[in-house]
Amino acid sequence: MILPPTNTTDLSIVADAAHAVNPWVALAYLVAGVCFILALRGLSSPASSRRGNRFGMAGMLIAVVTTLVTHFPVIGPPDGSEGWPDYFSFGEILAAIAIGAIIGLTTARRIQMTAMPQLVAAFHSLVGLAAVLVAGAAFLNPGAFDILGLDGNILAVSRIEMALGAAIGAITFSGSVIAFAKLNGNMSGKPILLPARHVINLGTLAAILALTASYAHSNAAGPGENVLFWIIVALAFAIGFLLIIPIGGADMPVVVSMLNSYSGWAAAAMGFTLHNTAMIITGALVGSSGAILSYIMCRAMNRSFISVIAGGFGAESSSGGEAKEQRPYKQGSAEDAAFMLKQAETVIIIPGYGMAVAQAQHALREMADLLKAEGVNVKYAIHPVAGRMPGHMNVLLAEAKVPYDEVFELEDINSEFAQADVAFIIGANDVVNPAAKTDKGSPIYGMPVFDVEKAKTIMFIKRSMGGVGYAGVDNDVFYLDQTMMLLSDAKKMVEEINKALAH
Amino acid sequence: MDFVTILSIFVLACFVGYYVVWSVTPALHTPLMAVTNAISSVIIVGALIAAAGADSPAAKWLGLLGVVLASVNIFGGFAVTARMLAMYKKKER
Repeated sequence: MILPPTNTTDLSIVADAAHAVNPWVALAYLVAGVCFILALRGLSSPASSRRGNRFGMAGMLIAVVTTLVTHFPVIGPPDGSEGWPDYFSFGEILAAIAIGAIIGLTTARRIQMTAMPQLVAAFHSLVGLAAVLVAGAAFLNPGAFDILGLDGNILAVSRIEMALGAAIGAITFSGSVIAFAKLNGNMSGKPILLPARHVINLGTLAAILALTASYAHSNAAGPGENVLFWIIVALAFAIGFLLIIPIGGADMPVVVSMLNSYSGWAAAAMGFTLHNTAMIITGALVGSSGAILSYIMCRAMNRSFISVIAGGFGAESSSGGEAKEQRPYKQGSAEDAAFMLKQAETVIIIPGYGMAVAQAQHALREMADLLKAEGVNVKYAIHPVAGRMPGHMNVLLAEAKVPYDEVFELEDINSEFAQADVAFIIGANDVVNPAAKTDKGSPIYGMPVFDVEKAKTIMFIKRSMGGVGYAGVDNDVFYLDQTMMLLSDAKKMVEEINKALAH
Repeated sequence: MDFVTILSIFVLACFVGYYVVWSVTPALHTPLMAVTNAISSVIIVGALIAAAGADSPAAKWLGLLGVVLASVNIFGGFAVTARMLAMYKKKER
């Protein structure tokens, strides 16, 4: 057997030694990763979800404790052989965790459920920024991350991972800040359209990739050396901002899901740099999760992902309400509605975001309770885009103590409208518009909608006859023979119905 | 671990993620986002390593700031998920 020349063998041994990890440590990170898989698995049903969340916490605890133990701060020579534990630095780290814990727990306790989309966007921005900071720290101190090559340069593959991790993190950060501002009302939900924005965006993305390649090939890549890294980060911050400003408020559920995905890919990229299985598994899980949620949201609006990302939706719709011919409709009172609801056998309630804006969910649940006491079968029908983020309406109803086994998804309940006596629409509009099925010219054509027109009676709570849904289109359901328009504030109307029912 | 080994773990984990996430009930999609948020903050591992490194004060401060941000997310994310999940109740019969 011929041995390879000794100096290359030495090189490979040293390179391997740089990443030699104690097998117990690697195992601990693997266990953490498996805990995260179980955390998501638990969400397959509300009954197992709380246990799943505890798995997630356990996984995080394992990952953090393992890192704290294996990377205890040391004073002395950087090789660690003659160093001694640096308790002061360790105290600083614990203090940093404590500060984060206080801010996080206070926010989590105080946040209103209607504000959940903003909170999630804000949290995404923090993950993104943390990824940038970690990549920046690895760039400045590659020795601590074991990514320094023998030539004194950062390993080329690590340079690519770091640059991409930092770039995705920066995009996640600035994109989420804009998404937060739009959802929170600090910024108008209207799309902001720059001229030639597609050229600018694609050019910037190409520049980021080209600079990453150039950085990977550079010979000047020691610790903190080469300004290309910071240029990549700066361009990525800019592109995150530019990508989200042209996207309208109605498309924010897709954007929030997409940024969820990005935060995962950023974590995965840093996991590649650190050779850490927990980070890689988590990044892959979160990345797929966000991608699937974006897909579900796009399908529910019948929009292609590309058209959402390209932006501009909702820019011209607000001006669409020119003087139309007035069509006759029937208006009912709370007493009429209460009488008919009491007589019904089956009532299907279709809540939309307008219900949450009017804070009518608690009154609505009381109405359902009163009807159930009369022997009426009450169900809730939820459209995937009923809230401001995936599953948002379910949380709002759960908060109002609506049992989750009375709440059904679009495809599970849509066939039941033909047997329903009353379809009760509150704060929703576009999701019950039959134009989505019949009118090819409608902006919402092709979107899956509820077949409310098959119900014997339709009750439609709406503030006034003017003002239409997000898509800005008229709704034929208003003018059907079996439709009773209940024109009032949603909460006030439901409370009046409750008063009438209680008699 | 060489690059291909890590890539293998990553690709397989993507498949696991794909199937696990499709099995999540749509009613829990908001808690799903909150909890994925919390677990993606496992990036704190990198921040802790940076914060413990003695060679570069700048890297250490970036690390400490990263620890604060990731901790906000970890504690906030798990707590808000727990708060939401506690609200999902079955019908009392």
